[in-house]
Amino acid sequence: MYFSEHNKKGWRLLGVPFIFAIFLLAVPIATMTTLSFWTQDYLTLIKTITLDNYKQAWFQPVFQTLFARSLIISLTVTFITILFAFPIAYYISFYGGKRKALWLFLITIPFWTSYLLRMFLWKVILGYNGVLNSFFEWLGVITEPLTFLLYNSNAVVLALVHGWAPFAILPIFVSLEKIDRSLLEASNDLGDNNLSQFFRIILPLSMPGVIGAVLIIFIPCIGDYITPKLVGGPEGLMIANMIQVQFSKANNAPLAAALSVTSLLIVGIISLLFVFLNRKYLRNY
Amino acid sequence: MKKSNKIFKVIVIFFLVFLYAPALLLPIFSFNNSKVISFPLSGFSTIWFEELLYENTLHNALFNSLLIAISSTILATILGTLVARASTRYIFYGKRISITFILVPLILPEIILGVCLLTVLIQLGLDLNLWSVVLGHTLLITPFSTLIMVSAFNNLDISLEEASLDLGMSSFQTFRIIILPMVSPGLISSLLIGFVISLDEFIIAFFLTGVEPTLPVYIWSQFRFPAKLPSTMALGTILLIVSLILVSLFEYFRRRMELYNYYSVGLDQK
Amino acid sequence: MNKKNIRNPEKIVDLISIKKSFDKIIAVNNVSLGIKEGEFFSLLGPSGCGKTTLLRIIAGFEKPENGDVFINGKNVNSVEPNNRPTNMVFQNYAIFPHLNVSENVGYGLRNTSLNKDEIAQKIEEALNLVGLEGYHKRASSALSGGQRQRVALARALILKPRVLLLDEPLSALDKNLREQMQFELRQLQKSVGITFVLVTHDQTEALTMSDRVGVMFNGKVDQVASPEEIYNKPQTKRVASFIGNMNFFETQYLEKKSKTISVSHKDLGNIKLLKSNIFGVDKSKLTIGIRPENFKINNKNGKKQPKSFNAKVVEKSFMGDTMLYGINLRENDHHTYRISISDIKNTPSPNIGEEISVYFQEDDIVAYYEE
Repeated sequence: MYFSEHNKKGWRLLGVPFIFAIFLLAVPIATMTTLSFWTQDYLTLIKTITLDNYKQAWFQPVFQTLFARSLIISLTVTFITILFAFPIAYYISFYGGKRKALWLFLITIPFWTSYLLRMFLWKVILGYNGVLNSFFEWLGVITEPLTFLLYNSNAVVLALVHGWAPFAILPIFVSLEKIDRSLLEASNDLGDNNLSQFFRIILPLSMPGVIGAVLIIFIPCIGDYITPKLVGGPEGLMIANMIQVQFSKANNAPLAAALSVTSLLIVGIISLLFVFLNRKYLRNY
Repeated sequence: MKKSNKIFKVIVIFFLVFLYAPALLLPIFSFNNSKVISFPLSGFSTIWFEELLYENTLHNALFNSLLIAISSTILATILGTLVARASTRYIFYGKRISITFILVPLILPEIILGVCLLTVLIQLGLDLNLWSVVLGHTLLITPFSTLIMVSAFNNLDISLEEASLDLGMSSFQTFRIIILPMVSPGLISSLLIGFVISLDEFIIAFFLTGVEPTLPVYIWSQFRFPAKLPSTMALGTILLIVSLILVSLFEYFRRRMELYNYYSVGLDQK
Repeated sequence: MNKKNIRNPEKIVDLISIKKSFDKIIAVNNVSLGIKEGEFFSLLGPSGCGKTTLLRIIAGFEKPENGDVFINGKNVNSVEPNNRPTNMVFQNYAIFPHLNVSENVGYGLRNTSLNKDEIAQKIEEALNLVGLEGYHKRASSALSGGQRQRVALARALILKPRVLLLDEPLSALDKNLREQMQFELRQLQKSVGITFVLVTHDQTEALTMSDRVGVMFNGKVDQVASPEEIYNKPQTKRVASFIGNMNFFETQYLEKKSKTISVSHKDLGNIKLLKSNIFGVDKSKLTIGIRPENFKINNKNGKKQPKSFNAKVVEKSFMGDTMLYGINLRENDHHTYRISISDIKNTPSPNIGEEISVYFQEDDIVAYYEE
């Protein structure tokens, strides 16, 4: 009786949001998946089930290159961001003193300012007549503008690292905060020096935060549209740009759907892989 | 120990500079009296801000964005509050899986959300308009609202509600006098964050907006015209200041929420 | 009127065959219990025994699956908590953090017809009653643990409930404050004359404060009696071992007479038990219980008391007002029994390893039929 009473009250509250999510999430994903098995001839949909879109998406070199590049760029961004974020989270957690909240606030503010503008600013900074080139010319360091700055994968990586680093710090910080400080004293007491303590205690115990940060950065990066479009040039475009092109200019919505489903699968598989790694870590410690 | 401390401090400061430097360009170049964005600076001017006053498309886009942000934020906060209340207060069949499902937009790349929603709307033969963006943004913001409201309700000790009922108040009075004031910092946080997310969201709006641009879609279209750069920077400066104010408010209310938690439970469970 | 709805008016709270379970775990199992008007009643038991659930059933926060709750002679099964003549002091006090002391204390008066001045007057009286004069405008966040408890008390008492329910109200306080509040709560109850029902897992608290105590285990009430009776004549073995310390000995059944039953124990010898001290359903096996303070030590050279036995001291600890000994009865039996000596001066003080002679009075012994 206790349970059924809760059941009734719980579902009375959850009903509306749940139906909302069914109609705006489950139905759309199902529709998109269905669409990915159809084909389109100019403006008419041919509703025969076929794997043609997936054959194209998976085996045509254009798409293979884009998927590979998206994957490499987002993994690189994730790696660099974590490399940056960890010492910062570590510093705030261990040496932040009373100003921990202030530090965190300072670091997260930029995240809430317009993403579009922040990415665009990198175009302004790195461009041929951009801030960096004009600044160096003004200083007399260079005579000709540097051209390797903008419109390549590196520019995309740089901009994305800048865009997502603040968000990587939070989960790592939280997991570092959770480490009982007496564990560190115990490890020192048992003969660890600071370095061995870091690898034997701090790093393993903060792993859940690191995995969280990885997911938080990797997922939006692999699907990012704005950054590659703004600073990537033709050599830095990613899969999201292709999905958009197929949807609009190329008028091939089924192929766009197949590309989307494939991206979703990649995101899913890699996320599960990291979650699995995390489980393994948690089991060991 | 002392030395490593210093190395870390250098890294942190370098990082903060890296983080803030690009954003600082916005105010610098929006007050710069030149059509090109480059050094050296040529002089102080407010003409780029004045130019914004005469951009009708911008005003329309701003109006659209505000309309979308307000509607989707309120909708998402209502939905998120319902989910959070159910999640923190009741045990029921399918709780975990249904709530996880509602939180899924958090881990979906936005482009996929956009594509999915667009596919359905096209298949249903519906017109794209501002309301399709409102639905998309509500879907996107609901998980954030849910998480904020879950922590707000977690801070609301159930015995406070029971005490109120016990002292003779009806459920409605309890809601009005106890629950609402106590979760209001959470509600305000949720509204602020939702507003900022919606105002800033580009890709879903880009896919779903049809002919009416939102503010980010408008800004995106301006990137093509080098002549519009300085006034876009000026617009960016204004947006930067608005977000700063909203995020500071958010931080203020988040701390109020923690304060309640500390006083209602923290002291007793020592 | 339905006969079922009228109850003995002497019992302010009357619980009839109450049953309540959570997810197949039975929290309260067929409990019937009457609480008298004006008494200080405690529900005592280990955590998870269902005492808090029972209290919440009286308050109306939980609905029993079976049984009836009568308050002041009226069946309140379908009455919501806000319409019951009960008020509660919560374990964590549930002080509304966004309201100040006055607003908290006067909270329940909002729905009454009193005007502003009358409300202010009542708040004043309530604050005086709990010793918080002049705290009206104090923010609830600026209160200490003890003050929060007083606010919670004032807030509940201001409504003049027929029954005040207290859910472990002292568990959050430190030891000294707890002892002081035990005394004050008792005084307060006597002065306001309201029935108090207290839930606690602390036996000292229950025994020192209450007129009557109900001891609960696993959703059942084992015994309802005065503190003295609970201590001296615990009716079940688990009550006996939960309240204070008790040494148990298994015995052999010898013979039954009109007022006594004789049993024998291999070390204690033959023992005559008063029938009024024997509890449980008649079986052939009896376990007897003797409190540590009911054992005395024979003087070495003096005359031995009639009921004496030999033992070896294996533990000894000085507690200030008492001396505690642990004894073994045989060389190969390592079960340790306890002796507590309060008259330290006039009792021999054997050391660990010494052989001693211990005696007891047969009338002090309680006994239980083995289930």
